[in-house]
Amino acid sequence: MPLFDRRSALRLLAALIPPASPRGLRAQPATTVAAASDLKFAIESLAADFERTTGHRLRLVFGSSGTFYSQILQGAPFHLFLSADEDFVFRLAEAGKTLDRGRRYALGRIGIMVPNGSSLKPDGELKDLASALRDGRLKRFAIANPEHAPYGQRAEEALRHVGLWDAIRPRLVLGENVSQAAQFATSGAAQGGIIAQSLALAPPVARLGRFDLITEAWHRPLLQRMVLLTGATPAARAFHDHIATPAAQAVMARYGFAVPHN
Amino acid sequence: MDWQALGLSLELAAVTLVLLLPLGLWLGRTLAYARFAGKAWIEALVMLPLVLPPTVLGYYLLVTLGGGSPVGAWLAETFGISLSFNFAGLVIASLVFNLPFMVQPIQRAFEAIPRDLAEAAAVSGLGGWQTFLRVELPLAWPGVLSAMVLTFVHTLGEFGVVLMIGGSIPGETRTVAIAIYDRVQAFDLQAADRMAMLLALLSVGAVAASFLASARLTRRR
Repeated sequence: MPLFDRRSALRLLAALIPPASPRGLRAQPATTVAAASDLKFAIESLAADFERTTGHRLRLVFGSSGTFYSQILQGAPFHLFLSADEDFVFRLAEAGKTLDRGRRYALGRIGIMVPNGSSLKPDGELKDLASALRDGRLKRFAIANPEHAPYGQRAEEALRHVGLWDAIRPRLVLGENVSQAAQFATSGAAQGGIIAQSLALAPPVARLGRFDLITEAWHRPLLQRMVLLTGATPAARAFHDHIATPAAQAVMARYGFAVPHN
Repeated sequence: MDWQALGLSLELAAVTLVLLLPLGLWLGRTLAYARFAGKAWIEALVMLPLVLPPTVLGYYLLVTLGGGSPVGAWLAETFGISLSFNFAGLVIASLVFNLPFMVQPIQRAFEAIPRDLAEAAAVSGLGGWQTFLRVELPLAWPGVLSAMVLTFVHTLGEFGVVLMIGGSIPGETRTVAIAIYDRVQAFDLQAADRMAMLLALLSVGAVAASFLASARLTRRR
């Protein structure tokens, strides 16, 4: 019997045609939350609690705040945007993409992370980083891309503050967002990097190396602001309000965020 | 293991295949048989997605289909639909970046059919459609099959374009290739590992199966 006659070809095609997609049948649009990648572990924990207690379902997407900013301008169907930076929220508000000017939900901190076995010391004063640059111990150093990632901008500011920026630039590897920078910093391919405390404290990252906070005064504060976008679902509103509750703020604090003043 | 992402990728690949196959057959056959001015330009256009970086393709799709573009605004106003950051947008992108993978093998297969066969069929009283279905298609079938397999597997593996226009929304635009990237960033190397392995096996399996089927078909002849 021939392997491929016309009938079996038709049958193959028929099998490939997908059944009616559930996408079109959904009664209520799914709620999509775009969250800055420093929130990876904190928001996953908060969202899991929220889903358990309210029965709402959330779709979480993580990335750099700057990428989300341009995606929302392009019409990305997000309902709630948790930015690592206030500026992106204000610009979206001015572009008419949000319901209001949002509210602060956290204050982020940066620090230096070095992988286990690195020649670099986890020194928040960045003094060992300076000497590693001089004596050639430092080959690669990871930060988030300062072009669009707030954590990358703050890392650049801190490195500028200690006068290392120009010297370290040829050694930098840039993550698309701070979570990728953390991945680079702990992979062993770089001697270290500047990442979010909220990632460094999370168990899957913490066991890969050591971390030390960088003085807050060396960079502009990472005031994190969330905002409901036009077309926000009831679930998005409920989650927005949930994040502002003292209980949720306590969870955020456990993951290394400070509570901001509104 | 992100089964939802795998399901989405398979769905995208299947939808692409079903929509692109008729177009590929028509275009591949036309390019194989027809002689007209500017044919080389059409062929070059078909090949373009193969040589352009996916980011360039993704960028142009984003600015032409996105909500901020004239086309995007017109679609939103007239039909109330949006093509950026959703499954329909991915399908359109997928049709574009798979064009050479579908058309090229089909064109080569039709080119390899001796022209006097079609003439003989015509003399024997077969109409145009009958000649196509009974003479040309069976002869071109190995090429058509590899075009289908290439398109399917290439859709499963496409990353750059989907990253640019998709936005990694679970169940909507997070394909398995994107899910692997996300899992690595989330320090979940175990899941990334399993998905990467599955995708590799799936792709190798599909390509091997198509080679095997082609070899059998050729032997039979």
